[in-house]
Amino acid sequence: MTAFAAATRAELAKILSTRMWWVLLIVLVAYVGLLAAGIAFGLGALGTSGGNEGPPGTVAGLPLALVAPVVFALATSVGYPLPALLGSLSVTSEFRHKTLTPTFLATPRRGGVLAAKWLVLLVLGALFGAAALVATVGLGAAGLSAFGLDPQLGESDTWALIGRAVLAMALWGVVGVGLGVLVPSQVGSIVIILAFTQFVEPILRTAAGFVDWAGEVGRFLPGAASDALVGASIYTAISAGTASQLEWWQGGIVLLGYAVLFTVIGALTTWRSDVT
Amino acid sequence: MPTGVPIEFEGVTKRFGTVDAVSDLTATVLPGRVTGFLGPNGAGKTTTLRMLLGLVTPTRGRATIGGSVYRDLDRPFATVGAALEAASFHPGRSAREHLRVLALGSRIDPARVDVVLEAVGLTQYSRRRVAGYSLGMRQRLGLAAALLGDPGVLVLDEPINGLDPEGIKWIRSFLRSLADEGRTVLVSSHLLTEVEQTVDEVLIVAKGRLVHSGSLASLEATAAPRVLTDAPNRPALLGVLRAEGLPAEEGPDGILVSGAEPGRIGHAAFAAGVELSLLAPQRQVSGLEDAFLTLVGEEGAL
Ligand SMILES: Nc1ncnc2c1ncn2[C@@H]1O[C@H](COP(=O)(O)OP(=O)(O)O)[C@@H](O)[C@H]1O
Ligand SMILES: [Mg+2]
Repeated sequence: MTAFAAATRAELAKILSTRMWWVLLIVLVAYVGLLAAGIAFGLGALGTSGGNEGPPGTVAGLPLALVAPVVFALATSVGYPLPALLGSLSVTSEFRHKTLTPTFLATPRRGGVLAAKWLVLLVLGALFGAAALVATVGLGAAGLSAFGLDPQLGESDTWALIGRAVLAMALWGVVGVGLGVLVPSQVGSIVIILAFTQFVEPILRTAAGFVDWAGEVGRFLPGAASDALVGASIYTAISAGTASQLEWWQGGIVLLGYAVLFTVIGALTTWRSDVT
Repeated sequence: MPTGVPIEFEGVTKRFGTVDAVSDLTATVLPGRVTGFLGPNGAGKTTTLRMLLGLVTPTRGRATIGGSVYRDLDRPFATVGAALEAASFHPGRSAREHLRVLALGSRIDPARVDVVLEAVGLTQYSRRRVAGYSLGMRQRLGLAAALLGDPGVLVLDEPINGLDPEGIKWIRSFLRSLADEGRTVLVSSHLLTEVEQTVDEVLIVAKGRLVHSGSLASLEATAAPRVLTDAPNRPALLGVLRAEGLPAEEGPDGILVSGAEPGRIGHAAFAAGVELSLLAPQRQVSGLEDAFLTLVGEEGAL
């Protein structure tokens, strides 16, 4: 076995031997699952009651064809902080609990440890994504069908969206790794992820709908890039048409770019420093 | 049976900002013996060992194990086992999981986990989270990690801290048996008394500098000579000693002078025309400890 394969197995064992991964997974699945059920139920109820006042072929202003994708994509558009948290914790907990000492004793080539964390977080991020999509597609489709709305599960576009959503969650895992090595303080990293995803980016993206230059910058924000990659999002649905978006593949590259950028800067700074 | 290889420090130096933690340390640690790495707190022991293990980058110089720097070792745990001070473990992981992660990462057969748990007497507690461990149990777990790859070289930083008397007895005989098997054993301590029954060789550091290296017996020989002297005219003799720059202490039996042979004191008194009534070299009760404290300076008494 190569040193890299060994480091990868060790990194996987590290994450799976503490409670954090399943706590985050439960939060993710419960959160996006409940939201998907609630929104599918709400839109379904609107669509069948007389209260729906939009143009024909829409529900609450949302084209019918977009209802299912927006509900399914809640897995990423709302759930993306969770794989990012898992990724950042995989790095910051090493600093916090001073486990970099045993880690670097076992694998003295530090770049190999970081590469192993990347691989493990890509895989776990994808698995988080898959679990979140099982929740949003399962509960969302049930909710939509109950009101006679088409969940579009027979369409290849839906499955392509699901595939891209899994990819987005894998990328969020490594964005988290990069952020963790860039900001090794555990509290610092968590605060940045929560503040950025819950306040800063939503505000910037809302502003982007009204201000031209903000729109240009806004679509390069990590959350916007992620939504572009997936191809549907509750945020873009809300600000429909007003904010411009990247192509799906451009979104993927921008998100990957954040992960690479953060990781490289961190690898050259905090990751290389003395472990005392 | 793994055989030890020498550890070599070649002009190793570390500066943290304005602090000279380790200055130009050169020494060789040989297999088959227990070498004590001694010095007061803050002397630079941990920093030196971390440089040896690739965790701290030396400002200058290098430290090697059998001729290789740590990061060039293919399976480091099979060559060197290390337990560093205040060993750090994720509190949510059990001892067994901690060792399994290390075995996986360092390509050591995970079956060794049970062997080393047994060797340090932790088998019974191995499934408990480390958060609940006492300092002594953490020390044992650190030692278990060091033994994981059955290495020929062991580097242990203050392994005796926090052990109960029984544990201290156990680790002493354990270190001895490891050295008797031909392994290289380097063990640090800030207390000479903690290790003097165990070590064959000593490296003594103070304020980042190596102040003595050699066998334990050679340490005793460096003990500063002490002489008990007296004169009918004591104030005159004290004046002479002061002029010579010799530390003198007045006691009931006379004046205790350190750092000079009787001949020098006699000569100085003679030259000053002071008559002596007593000039006797003193046998040291605890030669080793005194020699150690003299070498490391005042703060060593802490
Ligand atoms: N990361 C660090 N940053 C700044 N100073 C340090 C650091 N680590 C150790 N030192 C300093 O280096 C000196 C040697 O410390 P250390 O190697 O821990 O000594 P010892 O292990 O002998 O007690 C001390 O003055 C300590 O304060
Ligand atoms: Mg120390």
